[in-house]
Amino acid sequence: MAATALQHFQALVSDLRDNLRGQEQFTLSYSGEQSQFIRFNHAKVRQAGEVQQAGASLKLIDDGRQASLHMTLSGDGEVDRQRLFEALEQLRQTLPLIPQDPYLQLNDSSWQSHNVQDQPLPDSAQVLQQISDSAGELDLVGIYAAGPISLGFASSHGAFGWHQANSFNFDFSLFHANGEAVKANYAGQTWDPSAFARRMAQARAQLEHLGRPPKALAPGEYRAYLAPAAMDEIIGMLNWGGFSAQSIASKNSPLQRLYGGDSAMSPLVSMTEQVSGSLSPAFSEEGYPRSDLRLIEQGQAREQLTSARSAAEFQRVANGAERYESATALSMAPGELAEADVLKALGTGLYISNLWYLNYSDLPAARMTGLTRFATFWVEDGQIQAPVSTMRFDDSVYSLLGSHLEALTRERELILSTSTYGQRQTSSSHLPGALVARLTLTL
Amino acid sequence: MFDITASLRQRFAGLRSGAEFFSLRHVQQSDQHLSVRKNVAEPPSLGRDEGAMLTVRVNGVEAYAATADVSQAGLQRALDQAEALARQIARHALLDLSTQAVASGRADYASPNHDKAFPSLRDCYDLLARESASVPSDSRLVNWQASLGLSTIEQIYLNNAGAELRQAQRFVFPGFNVTAYDGQDSQSRTLGRENFGQQGGFDVVERFALNGAGARVAEQALQLLLAPNTPSGVRDLLLMPDQMMLQIHESIGHPLEMDRILGDERNYAGTSFVNASDFGHLQYGSKLLNVTFDPAIPEELASYAHDDDGTPASKQLLIRDGLLVRPLGGALSQFRSGLDGVANSRACSWNRAPIDRMANLNIEPGNQTLEQLIGGIEQGILMRTNRSWSIDDARNKFQFGCEWGQLIENGELKGVVKNPNYRGISSSFWRNLSAVGDASTNQVLGTPNCGKGEPNQVVRVGHASPACVFSQIDVFGGDA
Repeated sequence: MAATALQHFQALVSDLRDNLRGQEQFTLSYSGEQSQFIRFNHAKVRQAGEVQQAGASLKLIDDGRQASLHMTLSGDGEVDRQRLFEALEQLRQTLPLIPQDPYLQLNDSSWQSHNVQDQPLPDSAQVLQQISDSAGELDLVGIYAAGPISLGFASSHGAFGWHQANSFNFDFSLFHANGEAVKANYAGQTWDPSAFARRMAQARAQLEHLGRPPKALAPGEYRAYLAPAAMDEIIGMLNWGGFSAQSIASKNSPLQRLYGGDSAMSPLVSMTEQVSGSLSPAFSEEGYPRSDLRLIEQGQAREQLTSARSAAEFQRVANGAERYESATALSMAPGELAEADVLKALGTGLYISNLWYLNYSDLPAARMTGLTRFATFWVEDGQIQAPVSTMRFDDSVYSLLGSHLEALTRERELILSTSTYGQRQTSSSHLPGALVARLTLTL
Repeated sequence: MFDITASLRQRFAGLRSGAEFFSLRHVQQSDQHLSVRKNVAEPPSLGRDEGAMLTVRVNGVEAYAATADVSQAGLQRALDQAEALARQIARHALLDLSTQAVASGRADYASPNHDKAFPSLRDCYDLLARESASVPSDSRLVNWQASLGLSTIEQIYLNNAGAELRQAQRFVFPGFNVTAYDGQDSQSRTLGRENFGQQGGFDVVERFALNGAGARVAEQALQLLLAPNTPSGVRDLLLMPDQMMLQIHESIGHPLEMDRILGDERNYAGTSFVNASDFGHLQYGSKLLNVTFDPAIPEELASYAHDDDGTPASKQLLIRDGLLVRPLGGALSQFRSGLDGVANSRACSWNRAPIDRMANLNIEPGNQTLEQLIGGIEQGILMRTNRSWSIDDARNKFQFGCEWGQLIENGELKGVVKNPNYRGISSSFWRNLSAVGDASTNQVLGTPNCGKGEPNQVVRVGHASPACVFSQIDVFGGDA
């Protein structure tokens, strides 16, 4: 697969180079996957399928103008060569119709990058059997997704990048008869039956706590522990324009007051875009090599995610951010609280495993709302007492990760994206849990 | 239109399979997205997509394979993969579909004005540039953007029971937004984008009234910047159609999706506070509430003749006089649940399998003009244009926010307020529906961004609604 997809992309790049005219420049990015998806409901297979797809985005630049076209590739050399030439011709006809672009900026370096992680994928029949055996009588629901993902980039300046990773991601939940549920995930590049068995046993143990009669909470302020998966929802929400140079400049960033120096987070909070060592490619779709970036350091704003276009418009330096300027490998520095001491440090309050469906109540104030989902427990004197039914919170990040942040855990969790919109994603986050002195529940 | 039909028929006829049933769904799509931001044309983004999904049923077990290789060999390879997968999962399968009926219809469907050419790319840019330039010069106006999205899709469904269903659709998404900033707070005002899209041609842009939008939207953004925060408290709430669509979508549409009720979505999109036994019994809303699945409003985003499993689509009442009567469940969900449903088995493209989705989900108009709706409110608030949405995984506890608020006192509209938010619980909220606007308040809207499913899918859904009043709702503002 690796050689075939890579050779296919190389052939397209070569065809493109041979057919440029005059001062034309190009960038060509590639993304492909060969994925197997198996959906489960009630621990049985609800739906299963395979998806083989690849696409290329051609950007043509000439006379200060640029336009791009994304095309699906069939995998057949001759068919795709023809599609590429048709795309090139359509873009040639388009460029004279549009004005010159004052924010056109190209990276003219001829960087090279090659990263192939082609560990053998697990045998899906064996995986299916182990999932079935270990679930037994449990009410398991979720999805197993596996296969290679390939990403490529080339430019007329000679830059060339290739990234391929084989991976699997089994994202699932176990439901108690009372409707409460535990969320779990087993993902990586090598399927280890014993590691999966441990993960399943852990989820099964949590499920037992959910059988106790639930505690009804009134709206109000509570101490709370937010586990890494819950933190992932909050950080994911912030990542929705929070670090984007364009959003900050156009006053649509939830972190505009942080980047404006008007607000700060707790000195415990440091975040980086940690590309190195992640599943994300070391180059952007725009053709910039990506390096690690300090976004927040000890509660203060540092770098912004800056695409080539934002760099030109706002006189900044492009730093490998994609067009939408979101972090794809966000890492938050750990704290000092040992995970084993979380319940004791919490004392009396809420242990929140996951949050769900966050959005902003007041974006400039970074005030967000959302709900508890999956295992949330009421804790008294460091002991889990009862599950808590779904509750809504509404709080500012400057409180949750600012004035009311007490501690971050020493241990962090690497969370691989389960998103499959369009195709399987390679983004990830590496986060600690957070102990907060006040979480405001509203409904 | 449908130029590939003869060739595709030939390729389908050449496929060989040991499955008792198999189908092919071929999709071709072209896209164009244009925008002008702060008077600078952004580079055009174009797209071309083509692929096919092969679905098989072997001894009652279904599986699929999707491929971008639509050659005879490529389709056969995908069909073989699907068949092998169906055999592999057989002993773990949840469903036995041996007795489920399959589609056999033959029909064509096309969007209104599909045969009329859309203005050239240069003309579209000129229109966007004109509106961008009409935003007045004011240092507080820090960002604005005019945009126009266009997607043209042809789908052909064939199966070995003789079905041949073709649909050609064109979707248009105009948008305009402005952000104002005073050094501390920022406020945005938006037309279109996430809440206005229709099928058709340039007539959609005309209905959207993009011409002249720039100055008007900018003025409203500045008004919001100067406005006080929405006061907290319990008030009557008048929702205009561009917020009603979100309210319908989240707290009627998703809870009525039968696959959620059957548990398929519990790991991702969630479940529902509605149970299968509630249909025919649950008083979902007040007597004024009538909700329809209506695939026959030509310009609405999800109008079609057949869904993606080949089931013929027709208008159905889901909630009648407040009583819940029918779920959003396609042929498979109807087979599984034994309940009557609708033709809403839909896929976002060739690379995803159909599942239960909203399509066109509408509220039927009542009998009051907007003036009468406002006149009937003693202490209330009007809200328009969704900007924030959050609801629990059972689609019950919600909190929504809008861009624009306007207080209502003693039957009259008063001052503008910013950051209008409200919260409630679906299972009781619709019972507070106290007045429904007439056809003069009705708008046909829709969103391109409804996400659901594993693997994930985003589909276009339509929502037509009049303005509606809800009594005694918890309303509040922001921090700024």
